[in-house]
Amino acid sequence: MSRLVLDHVAKRYGDFHAVRDVTLDVDDGEFVVLLGPSGCGKTTTLRMIAGFITPTAGSVQLGTRDVTALPPWKRNTGLVFQSYALFPHLTVAQNVAFGLEMRKLGKADIAGRVGEALKLVRLDHLGERLPRQLSGGQQQRVALARALAVRPDVLLLDEPLSNLDAKLRQEVRVEIRELQRQLGLTTVMVTHDQEEALTMADRLVVMNEGSVRQIGSQRDLYERPADRFVAGFVGRGTFLAGQVEAPGRFRTNGGLTLRCGDGASGAAVLALRPERLEIGPAPLSGLDNSLPGTVEFVSYLGAASDVHVRLSPSDRVIVQLANRGDGFEPEVGANVHVGWTAAAARLFAATGEVHGT
Amino acid sequence: MTAIASLDSRRLGRWALNGAAGLALALILAPLIFVTWLAFFRQEIPSFPPEGYSLRWFAAIANEKKFVDGFSLSLRLGVIATLIGLALGVPAALCVARFRFRGREALNSLLLLPLVVPGVVLGTSMYVFHVETENALDVDVLGTFWALAAGHVIIVIPWVVRLVTASLAGFDRTIEEAAQNLGANPLTTFFRVTLPMIRPGIVAAGLFGFVTSFGNLEMSLFLVGPGRTTLPIAILQYLEWRIDPTIAAVSVLQILLIGGAMLITDRFVKISRVV
Repeated sequence: MSRLVLDHVAKRYGDFHAVRDVTLDVDDGEFVVLLGPSGCGKTTTLRMIAGFITPTAGSVQLGTRDVTALPPWKRNTGLVFQSYALFPHLTVAQNVAFGLEMRKLGKADIAGRVGEALKLVRLDHLGERLPRQLSGGQQQRVALARALAVRPDVLLLDEPLSNLDAKLRQEVRVEIRELQRQLGLTTVMVTHDQEEALTMADRLVVMNEGSVRQIGSQRDLYERPADRFVAGFVGRGTFLAGQVEAPGRFRTNGGLTLRCGDGASGAAVLALRPERLEIGPAPLSGLDNSLPGTVEFVSYLGAASDVHVRLSPSDRVIVQLANRGDGFEPEVGANVHVGWTAAAARLFAATGEVHGT
Repeated sequence: MTAIASLDSRRLGRWALNGAAGLALALILAPLIFVTWLAFFRQEIPSFPPEGYSLRWFAAIANEKKFVDGFSLSLRLGVIATLIGLALGVPAALCVARFRFRGREALNSLLLLPLVVPGVVLGTSMYVFHVETENALDVDVLGTFWALAAGHVIIVIPWVVRLVTASLAGFDRTIEEAAQNLGANPLTTFFRVTLPMIRPGIVAAGLFGFVTSFGNLEMSLFLVGPGRTTLPIAILQYLEWRIDPTIAAVSVLQILLIGGAMLITDRFVKISRVV
């Protein structure tokens, strides 16, 4: 296992920038997740690490080697494909042995390492089966064992769980993460599933439209999103558009005047997390903002309810109301009050750059 | 009422479909069945009902040198034409299926063209070509074994291109990427992964190519030389003078050979999956 460094890597197809200037340093043994919507450049970035795409600018370093110019078969990365891409004409054991044969290991060595890799994914009893005789989850584990058997410098996972059903996905998530820790694997995973990203990563890289929007821990992204895109993509949020009238005072396009943190000026967006808002039948004391509104929609989720409250003709917020059993259960049409502290809101310039706390 | 009517019409439709399929099958099988039956008639002039049954016509084949030589030539020709056809057709199919280049569609059509051109036209044009080549280069071309084989390669290639292209159509190329990721260079990837995965298509292509070559009559008529006769031509020539069941016995052997080849092939690759 080794450190992986992407240094100002970019990929351009004619006028289309698939990836713009990605710089990333993945530590030895670290699990980094590239997160973003489809078409954000995350898969292109992963394929540049594996060597299937040559960057138009920048360099890729693996361990102490600069591998930018090396073809995939000379890179020693272990890639697990979304479709698993097992060799259909080879048995499970032959699939796992493939990479070792390419490395010209001796027969006994190969047999030992195949057994070892299959044991890691608990499939040592299915070595003689053909891939098509296995379930999706088993095929996924064979793909993982095949990638691990070659002892790659970096493990690359391309949406490895998206073809599994929801329950299995949860199990495999934990399984991969434990294996990764236990073996100290430097790992880069690509996903569009934020829950998957949040549960598995040491560090996340949020990408959109080819560029990195923010790199940080789960807490960094959630509590201190760098821009409106990250705030909207990681976790949920309500966004109110308006103007910063004076330091600490925000006026929405719907005419509400709100107290907020300092920083931005001019056109801006105020972001609110549903669980940071409070709701009650009467004006709320002790908060910087308390506004009357009308309930327009309620969805009951058991542990909590999402209450959509109209504050002005063009301002609507979502409030997450915990199920405390205290009898306050607003219904559609009810008049309520919604409040929050100035610190609970984050201001972003309308162009998307970060302002305020 | 309407529900019953629609049920009835659906049942009627199924009957009609099954009937049509049965009729088509009968039309295809009838000549084969009659030829096989005829091969066992005892009398020399075929007439119904048969006077009795015998195996003498199968024994008669061995005495007819033209049939033995024809069979041997057709067999060698079929095998060689198929092998050369595969060697040329598989790479051609890979190019057409995988690369985007100018004239790709045209090349694909060209490779399939021999299926469309009538055998007589193909034979005539090749005959003229051979004559011209012979005149220009001053070497023996016309009527040689290799000239005949070259002609047969032309009619094998469309089958190879067609069937191998079909087996490449659903090919998941991430599997090749997986091989490269594991350390296989492109050449190793081709031999260890791509080729085994399209093997059913290649085997089927070889079989159909062989059958096409083995049964070809029209084109071969123009290309055979003196004393060199393929089996279909030998059958035709025999028929010009005699109509005894020897010819039926030869046909039965031909049916058995091709049918056997298909059954054996089908054991290794499911032909129905590729064709």
